[in-house]
Amino acid sequence: MDYFVSLAVFAGIWVVLALSLNILMGFAGQVSLGQAAFFAIGAYTSALCALKFDQPFFVGFFAAILVTGFVGAFLGLPSLRVRHDFLVLATMGVNFVVVAIFKYVDFFGGALGLIDIPTPRFFGVNNDIPYLILVWLYVGAAILISWYISKTWTGLALNAVRINEEAAAAVGISVPRFKIYAFIVSAALAGGAGSLYAHYLKSLFPDNFNFIESIVILSMVVVGGVGTLRGPIIGAIILRALPELLREVHDYRFTLYGGLIVLMMLFQPMGLLGDDSTLMRGLRRLFVRKEKVDYEHAA
Amino acid sequence: MLQVENLDVHYGHIQALRDVSFAVNDNEGVAVLGANGAGKSTLIKTLIGWNTPSRGRILFDGKDITRLPIWDRAALGLAVVPESGRVFRDLTVTQNLELGAYTEKHRATIQQRAREMFDLFPVLNERKHQIAKTLSGGEQQMLAIARALMTRPKLLLIDEVSMGLMPILVKRVFEVIGQLRASGVTILLVEQNAYEALQVVERGYVLENGKIVLNDTASELTQNPRVKAAYLGG
Repeated sequence: MDYFVSLAVFAGIWVVLALSLNILMGFAGQVSLGQAAFFAIGAYTSALCALKFDQPFFVGFFAAILVTGFVGAFLGLPSLRVRHDFLVLATMGVNFVVVAIFKYVDFFGGALGLIDIPTPRFFGVNNDIPYLILVWLYVGAAILISWYISKTWTGLALNAVRINEEAAAAVGISVPRFKIYAFIVSAALAGGAGSLYAHYLKSLFPDNFNFIESIVILSMVVVGGVGTLRGPIIGAIILRALPELLREVHDYRFTLYGGLIVLMMLFQPMGLLGDDSTLMRGLRRLFVRKEKVDYEHAA
Repeated sequence: MLQVENLDVHYGHIQALRDVSFAVNDNEGVAVLGANGAGKSTLIKTLIGWNTPSRGRILFDGKDITRLPIWDRAALGLAVVPESGRVFRDLTVTQNLELGAYTEKHRATIQQRAREMFDLFPVLNERKHQIAKTLSGGEQQMLAIARALMTRPKLLLIDEVSMGLMPILVKRVFEVIGQLRASGVTILLVEQNAYEALQVVERGYVLENGKIVLNDTASELTQNPRVKAAYLGG
């Protein structure tokens, strides 16, 4: 029982991380290889609120969201100046810097990390079920936010920026504003996930947030289908649950993630569940008969 | 409407525009003609706001917009039909039109304008739910023009509209531009196809090596031996 609760908690956290990167990458077209940095900043902010300032869980949780959102805005600034390929390098660098700061500054616990982070208990229940529900409520919020963005002007504007920055600017879309917006929402969502992670794990070490974790998040989005809602959710669950359930796979999981990214880029660049992927086309053929409706669907 | 005064534009040490001055009056069609490398795309990029001139200024409707960010120019009534990346390829025709009216926040107005565009371009109406990249080159060009018209701009800037289109479509697109002109839309064409361009505008400028070398009415330019030799094939 406990095992499945913990599996479900972690799955939820990774679903949010995948959704957060999806807002940045799938909606706004800004590729980031440093999503684990936002995750780390959220986790550390929340843990420090509890350990150093004796604050209750929710104070730390919202502090994590605020702080990462703010840091996200700041780290989004390079995206206004550098082109896509350089942005990838810049975000990667940020990941290394953040991990190094947590590792070498004593206030953050250094290499020994932070321990004894309290897991909050709700309604006097003495197990992790309420916490699991909280995690999945947060997943629901992340899905709602993603869905809401994709249905509004903001989503359309972000799409325009992703497809063609110059044309987007020419129709009056403030490209910098929307890029920063995407960075803030993406970072804040990942920060909240970090808080939930810290208080469940009870201890934090800088190495939990290595660059490789950013790659894991990236592969979830890419495997599932970048830019869609279902893609990152399914991608995160598959890539997170699979190695847990099959222990043999676990030891080779980074090889698996790397290999999957390569395979996806070669054969299914839209992801397994992307709008134009083989799987979705097949599903659509099964359920939607008329070609005309097909176009409506793609919209 | 548009006044361009003594523009110099540099790319590093290379000067792409030299002392370029011209004007587009209210309810007028003007063409800037030039061969490849004459500075046409530099000029349009500067007017849109992608390039900052090293000297000179751009006045739009009496307002100095030389250093105004691109996205703020649309709201003033300056609309662009860009040469490259004409449409938002992965979005539907309707979404493209909606984005054209980005500065217009009222849903009803946007839908009204979109209906007007569908009346003006029936082919877009047939394809309104289609993804833009599935449209033919000519249809994409129509969509780009329709998108630019969504704001009812004071000035429509059209960049190399004939680029990459089959001759028959070039004719069709210029017919549309002619109709727009006739209905009173102020238009600036930056164009290599002098023959077609001079049929739909009242005045023209000729750009060579980054400088304006000729400036006359469209009918005079059509007769001009230099223009004939260089742009009209004798």
